[in-house]
Amino acid sequence: MRVAPKEIQSFRDDFTYSNSTKAIERFPFPFVDDEYRYSVNMEPHLPKGGEGSAYDKFLDIDEHYLSEMAERELVLKEMPHRCLAMEHMDLACWDMVERLMVSLSEDYPDYFSLTREGDLWRWENKLLNINDQFTFGDSSSLPLPPLDYIGRQVQGDFALLDQRDGDLFLDAGMVTCPADWSLAFDAGMSFREWHGPVPMAHSEGIFDRALKYLIAIPVGKPVRRLNWTLTVNARMDTSPEKYHEWGHERTSVTPDNVGEKVYLRVEVQVLDRMPRSNAMMFSIRTYLLSLEDLVTNKTWAVRMHRALKTLPEPLINYKGLTRFHGTVVDYLSQFDPVS
Amino acid sequence: MSVIDQMSVVVTAVKQVAPMIKEFTLEPLEGQLTPFSPGAHVVVTMAGTESTYRNAYSLMSDPQDNSQYRIAVRLQETSRGGSVYMHQQVEVGTQLKISPPSNLFAPQWMAKKHVLFAGGVGITPFLSYLPALQRQQVPFELHYMYRSQQTGAYRIELTESLADRCHCYDADQGNRCDVSAVMSAQPLGTHFYICGPESLIEAVQTTADEMGIPPSAIHWEAFAGAKPGQPFVVELSGRGVELDVAADSSLLEALEAADIKIPNLCRAGVCGQCVCDVAGGEVEHRDSYLSDTEKQSGRVIMPCVSRAAGERLVLDI
Repeated sequence: MRVAPKEIQSFRDDFTYSNSTKAIERFPFPFVDDEYRYSVNMEPHLPKGGEGSAYDKFLDIDEHYLSEMAERELVLKEMPHRCLAMEHMDLACWDMVERLMVSLSEDYPDYFSLTREGDLWRWENKLLNINDQFTFGDSSSLPLPPLDYIGRQVQGDFALLDQRDGDLFLDAGMVTCPADWSLAFDAGMSFREWHGPVPMAHSEGIFDRALKYLIAIPVGKPVRRLNWTLTVNARMDTSPEKYHEWGHERTSVTPDNVGEKVYLRVEVQVLDRMPRSNAMMFSIRTYLLSLEDLVTNKTWAVRMHRALKTLPEPLINYKGLTRFHGTVVDYLSQFDPVS
Repeated sequence: MSVIDQMSVVVTAVKQVAPMIKEFTLEPLEGQLTPFSPGAHVVVTMAGTESTYRNAYSLMSDPQDNSQYRIAVRLQETSRGGSVYMHQQVEVGTQLKISPPSNLFAPQWMAKKHVLFAGGVGITPFLSYLPALQRQQVPFELHYMYRSQQTGAYRIELTESLADRCHCYDADQGNRCDVSAVMSAQPLGTHFYICGPESLIEAVQTTADEMGIPPSAIHWEAFAGAKPGQPFVVELSGRGVELDVAADSSLLEALEAADIKIPNLCRAGVCGQCVCDVAGGEVEHRDSYLSDTEKQSGRVIMPCVSRAAGERLVLDI
């Protein structure tokens, strides 16, 4: 059984966001070794973990769907530029509309349906009470620009990368729940440019190898990788645009509140070649799990403790954990019999 | 979750479109084909009696049509077998395996104008550009060079549908394209695309260089795949294995025949995916991917097109 969307909870102010037992079970826990190792860790985006796992569909719709869509509306209302698409990305945006509508309607027929007669499409989203008819490829036939329209109906951030001159360029996207990066700032940048701030990996040649791999991804062979960080409070929108609202919260972590206040933030990132435009769709699906929920799984608690304990200093700083990394490691150590 | 591997297709039409060029229509054995981007190609696997050939061919149907793909194959005088196989063995009803489309020659949608130079069978990738350029309503010109006694496929249809946006040059009639005149007449922001013989690519690149047009505005696809050469022996140092590479086989094909999987996309020395480390022997570099420094180092080879310069090569595989 999959976890069904539940009532709207908040990712700001009173932070009512919570995970059910089922949601905790299916959390995409990222650490596979006891020691933290830097790697590109890409694998084919194929179903794994059985029915109901976070990996068994192309796009994961879970119990937080309505909450995340409500949060996205709040962000976009205040900052419309969190969704942008350069003019030459029009076809790529329609590629994305097609990929998302087709996969959502095939994977979740109870929630979404798509009817196609040539270019005349009808899209129904029962969860958000949307029912629209439009002409595929004609942006004037939708109530919003294509990326904006579909982006408000699916969990996770999306970027569309134009491929040219053997490189990828961040030329469109909808980014309302980023782990401290800004779409408006990165817009138009090349792969190496937007990865500029990442420590250690440049000298190890990781980005050269990753880029070569990415530009060769063929149609129909999506790949995924996991990324992670820690977030204070269940805040989805940790963007630089909102730094003044969340940056200071990193000083609020104490030994008494660390279990409920600090969340492991995991991104399931998927790269998928868009057939019509040759662009790459980069989706970033974010999951939040409080440490006190995480340690209900003893294996995770031990592994997380060891991974964080061996995390290199430059990464602690890059991920923004400097202020509370020690408190988190101390908290987790009580669950590790070896420590 | 849909993942596409090799696709099975059946040939539903074969048409002689020029004295040396045949067009093949491919339809899926089941389901639908995927839409593709203009300039994309597929790698066709041909199970010949002596060896398996894999050649990349541009898709030239409308990219939005997912009911069929069309490719065109020029019979190569110095063929290693692939184009001969397509011309002599493949007929209506033949089943083939093709890779999903991939694209190393996509239009740059930021261009203010697109100028296409096609030489002979090099017209094929542009046939998938044209419907997309027309739909996007962007300015473009096609300059099509051919020898009507060998190539020149689709020139009548193109002239009719594109009118003054199509310029034809039949070398057998003594008509030549003045590349620099064409290029100097273009507005700033024009991107140039070439698919044709090496000489045409060089002519456009040289002209661009002289005119100060940046390399990022020049896009080309050489349609030459692997050419035959002298037979040689390749030793795989990591496996303690020796393989014979026949005169009409590429090194990549010899490796594949021994079940050694090497990533590859273009099979024409362009995409850089199949690069292998060389541990011994001299290389005859035939690719356009490695830098001059890399070529001179003798430490790497693109096995899809390049070969041993002597009788023996050692690869670090």
